[in-house]
Amino acid sequence: MSADKNAAPVARREAEGRPVLEVRPVLQVRDVSLGFGGVRALTEVSFEVNKGELFSIIGPNGAGKTSMLNCISGRYHPTSGRVLLNGRDVTDLTPNVRATLGLGRTFQNLALFGHMSVLDNIMVGRHHLLRNNAVTGALYWGSGARREELAHRRKVEDIIDFLEIAHIRKAVAGTLPYGLRKRVELARAMAVEPSIILLDEPMAGMNLEEKEDMARYIVDLNEEWGMTVVMIEHDMGVVMDISQRVMVLEFGRKIAEGLPDEVMANERVKVAYLGIDDDEEAAGESAA
Amino acid sequence: MISSSLIPCGQFKTSYAADTTLFLTPASRNWCLFGIAVALAAPLVLSNYLLALLIQIGYYGIAALGLNILVGSTGQISLGHAAFFGFGAFASAWLNNSFGVPVLAAIPLAGVLTTLLGLLFGIPAGRLKGLYLAIATFASQFILEDFFSRANWFTGGSSGAQANPINVFGYEIGGDKGFFYVVLFFVLVMYLLGANLLRTRDGRAFVAVRDHYLSAEVMGINLTKYRILSFGISSFYAGVGGALYGHYLGFVSAEGFTILLSIQFLGMIIIGGMGSVMGTLMGTAFMVLLPEGTEAAVSTIKHFTGDIPALTSALAYIKEAAIGLAIVLFLIFEPDGLVHRWRLIKSYWKLYPFSY
Ligand SMILES: Nc1ncnc2c1ncn2[C@@H]1O[C@H](COP(=O)(O)OP(=O)(O)O)[C@@H](O)[C@H]1O
Ligand SMILES: [Mg+2]
Repeated sequence: MSADKNAAPVARREAEGRPVLEVRPVLQVRDVSLGFGGVRALTEVSFEVNKGELFSIIGPNGAGKTSMLNCISGRYHPTSGRVLLNGRDVTDLTPNVRATLGLGRTFQNLALFGHMSVLDNIMVGRHHLLRNNAVTGALYWGSGARREELAHRRKVEDIIDFLEIAHIRKAVAGTLPYGLRKRVELARAMAVEPSIILLDEPMAGMNLEEKEDMARYIVDLNEEWGMTVVMIEHDMGVVMDISQRVMVLEFGRKIAEGLPDEVMANERVKVAYLGIDDDEEAAGESAA
Repeated sequence: MISSSLIPCGQFKTSYAADTTLFLTPASRNWCLFGIAVALAAPLVLSNYLLALLIQIGYYGIAALGLNILVGSTGQISLGHAAFFGFGAFASAWLNNSFGVPVLAAIPLAGVLTTLLGLLFGIPAGRLKGLYLAIATFASQFILEDFFSRANWFTGGSSGAQANPINVFGYEIGGDKGFFYVVLFFVLVMYLLGANLLRTRDGRAFVAVRDHYLSAEVMGINLTKYRILSFGISSFYAGVGGALYGHYLGFVSAEGFTILLSIQFLGMIIIGGMGSVMGTLMGTAFMVLLPEGTEAAVSTIKHFTGDIPALTSALAYIKEAAIGLAIVLFLIFEPDGLVHRWRLIKSYWKLYPFSY
């Protein structure tokens, strides 16, 4: 997954006026519904995310955004509907199998391995790419395990450099401040070398400077590494700035999808989302 | 794991290979080599009584490391470790007696058989957690104890099984001195394998499952597989430790493998440090030496007070309670175990007199 400048993402190709060679959905969500007892968390939501896209999901709290990611990553099983990854139906597969098929994600509430070092956390991301096992790993020398571990360690160091966390690579993950933990989580998800990465509120709880850094990492990840990204985020400024397409959920239903400007102009979105989450902006809009 | 934050300043690694060595600092490697050298010389100076204690620390320490991988690293619980220890002891004697497998080969083979048994009994672990898993392993303790008392072909039933001494090229390794070197060899090999395991793919997967199983799964780790595998590996260590125990005593009977020993194994890893390889050995040494220490203390007190019946029985209780008390005190005051204390002391001396 080294930064491959040749495999430029769709957006850049479009911006540069070059032909878009390959627009194929990495992720297809078809009529997904999810219920918890009486609560309908999702109702017949469909969308597709293309290769190289940076796609955002927004919506008020409780709209079902996290539930959507959980259906994609396999933690929740949709009551109905299908999820396709790279054209393959993964609806009935477990989360670990989906990871091996190219799905990476971070969590809204931090989910690092608290007692492990940052380095080991990220190395866990490479689990499905490593071939050594309990026997060859225990033998270590001469079994190929050492060579393999070192080779992957090098890949991990690329990610560490990219996210500028070299100074904490030996720190115990659970002792790090919040903003850094979020970054380590991103590093761990990148280490999976997924074909799509799902980020659940990667900037929540961060100060302005940390947010700017994180936004930059996500944009670089998308543009330079060519990573397809699905992001849930509350900060509308960031979402409108960096997303190529946006989907809006409300009470588990999709109420809008499109380019950031289109979505912002949508009346339902103004009422549903901006009216609740951002009173000032909504007031300004209605005065205009 | 805790150690990472305690590396003294001024330790810089210049290559990934140098950064993945077993020891965090050259000093800790030197300490380890020093320890091995001392151990090699031990039979020349120590009495047979002290050697017997070291041998005990050795075979219990091997089994305890398995339990630490299961409980400390993977975050599961087992109340049946002693039964697997016992199975290893019987299996090695059986392989040797019934099939003529040389003892030195029977010991690791017994480990393999115990692994298979552990994988089988570990299957519930794929589904159960916490208290429910504890009860399931409790059940495996009693199922195996029952098996030991019924399977005459395997265990010799109530009369027990004969376990032959180790024979190398027709030369019998008898006595504590010879056996000490055998145990030392197995301790070194098993600890090295364990340390390597924990710094490679599957070892990391165990710790990931322990720390956050939901995100472990999202990282591609098959939870069921690793929960069961951890039981298998833990049983391998129990089996090898038990086999050494059997051939050392020369005789294996089921009475030695009760739930009490299972609890003592748990005590070893709690006292030594959960998830720590070296801590396991420290905790085992503590548990083996504690009764000796209290025995000595009690007889000293008796020496001064004379034989007062009330006091004698009180002291007997204290002796019995010492192990339980030690576990409780460690849980309260040193939950990270002896290994944590040891690291603090080391970093203190390293930085002395500038203890920042
Ligand atoms: N595990 C669960 N059990 C019961 N209800 C849930 C569960 N997860 C989510 N929900 C419900 O589903 C709805 C959507 O939640 P969520 O997806 O977390 O929203 P968002 O991430 O958009 O804030 C909420 O009403 C929430 O209470
Ligand atoms: Mg959410």
